[in-house]
Amino acid sequence: MVLSGDWTLSVLNPRCVDIRRQLEAVSGAPAWDLAGVSRLDSFGALLLWRAWGRRRPPQLVLPEALESVFGRLADLGDASLPVEPPYRFLDATAHLGRLLLGLVRHLGQFVVLVGQLLLDLLYLLRNREHWPVREMSANFYKVGVKAMPVTALVGFLIGVVMSYLSALQLRALGADTFIVNILGLGIIRELGPVLVSVLVAGRSGSAMTAQLGVMRVTEEIDALTTMGVSRYVRLVLPKVVALTLAMPLLTLWGSSVAIFGGMVSAYVQLDMSFDYFLNALPRAVPVANLVIGLVKGAVFGLLIALVACHFGLRVKPNTESLSANTTASVVTSITVVILVDAVFAIVTRTIGLPYR
Amino acid sequence: MNAARNTLPVELKGLSTRFGSTWVHRNIDLAVPVGEVVALVGGSGTGKTTLLRQMVGLLRPAEGEVRLFGEPLFAGSRAEQLARRRRFGMLFQQGALFSALNVFANVAFPLREFGVSDEAMLRDLVLLKLAMVELGPEVALRMPAELSGGMIKRVALARALALEPELLLLDEPTAGLDPDRSAGFVRLIRALQKALGLTVVLVTHDLDTLAALATRVAVLSEGRILAFGPLDEIMTVQDPFIERFFHSERSQAALARGRSEI
Repeated sequence: MVLSGDWTLSVLNPRCVDIRRQLEAVSGAPAWDLAGVSRLDSFGALLLWRAWGRRRPPQLVLPEALESVFGRLADLGDASLPVEPPYRFLDATAHLGRLLLGLVRHLGQFVVLVGQLLLDLLYLLRNREHWPVREMSANFYKVGVKAMPVTALVGFLIGVVMSYLSALQLRALGADTFIVNILGLGIIRELGPVLVSVLVAGRSGSAMTAQLGVMRVTEEIDALTTMGVSRYVRLVLPKVVALTLAMPLLTLWGSSVAIFGGMVSAYVQLDMSFDYFLNALPRAVPVANLVIGLVKGAVFGLLIALVACHFGLRVKPNTESLSANTTASVVTSITVVILVDAVFAIVTRTIGLPYR
Repeated sequence: MNAARNTLPVELKGLSTRFGSTWVHRNIDLAVPVGEVVALVGGSGTGKTTLLRQMVGLLRPAEGEVRLFGEPLFAGSRAEQLARRRRFGMLFQQGALFSALNVFANVAFPLREFGVSDEAMLRDLVLLKLAMVELGPEVALRMPAELSGGMIKRVALARALALEPELLLLDEPTAGLDPDRSAGFVRLIRALQKALGLTVVLVTHDLDTLAALATRVAVLSEGRILAFGPLDEIMTVQDPFIERFFHSERSQAALARGRSEI
């Protein structure tokens, strides 16, 4: 067999199947002449090597320059990838066990995080000058003030939609005035806090996890530790405090805008004046509901920040771990918020509801 | 084909770079001949890495042009640009391995993108590339996070060589390696460069590496190329920067060490 021309990846790969078939057809040939080959890279060499059955043919004319490529291939021998053991039933059981243990470890680490925060709080109560006030204020601005526009937009639209849909039903029943009760109770007690929590978990919770995660990747957290600065005091506490304080205010803001949206919609649909709506609101919705809404906001904020920090500190130094933990952070905090909201609903079922 | 092989792998023409209002480079001309190992040196902040990033098209110069293999870097259709890109490989300072993929998948990535779909062929090719950088098949299934700094560089080099490039660009190839590993890595690059007939452009501030690898040195200073030529010629240039950079006691010792490794 006499070969010539370029035997390189870029030339061969488009016609790889074809060439391999041709090579297989002549693979038994005892004599090969590669003197006419102008270029040969490891791809071309490998094609020939495989056609030859991983050894040199008995008669081979090989230019000096191409010797090294085949030398490397011969050195490689028949090295193969380490084999991964097949997946068995026992592996599935072990996998399930590992998942459960993982969950237990998560809970354990979460308890450690909360405990460490409490200990640091005690320490800070005795040493007032160590309060990370600047970080708190910066975080408060980031998670609170900067979240106001999006909260207002979403709140307004939800208020309009709720009011519009309820108004259609209520008008059919001639119960127009109950729009105030539905919107007031629904938004202030329930929808406001949960809606804002979901927004904040997606917006600020993910940002917190990602920030802590990147700091893990770039060893910034280790740098802090070597300087004797507690990561809990400097990084976790400001976030937790800021979000716990900002969330009730955001809830108040979001609920107010949502009710405003509802008012606008009620005015358009039911000709209900703003004056009437605002006068009817305090009579329809006892002030206890506002307190419940704000307390919920604070608790949800606390939980979102804790969950976000928990996952952020678990990030391992690679991109895969960063994305997995950020996703887990958002999903977990929204789930936790809704679970805790259910608990709130049960615990406060006797409070602030005028018609029972 | 022969005509194409004689064209310059890298050519910079009247290249200027600006960051904000400061000019990093002013009117730089540089021609890298086939088969040479060209080292870019210069003080920190002289834009060595910037120049390297412009050569591969990660940054666009404010003025002037970069020509690779005789054609402007951004000329032609998407397919032509892609074909041009596949003629060079780059080794990043931190390796830039895809941390979500294991070693095997990292080296196989460019091959799969290129269209090598035969798994048996792919396996042999990847193992061959790993063997070329002196790594055995046992590391193939490890993740980048489980590798030492030296191994990361080797895997990254294997990945850069996956598509049989003619031009190899190295950004601080020995940064972060201990002297022993660094000497080993330099030997490896040198051996591969000879065996594969590569043209190499590297950025370094490590004089050991410089003396052991470079056939030509380009000295960057004050936004221009102060001198370009073999190391011995560069050493004779009268300039305060070259004086400080090459003629201090530490530098002399490092250069001697590097030369002894050749």
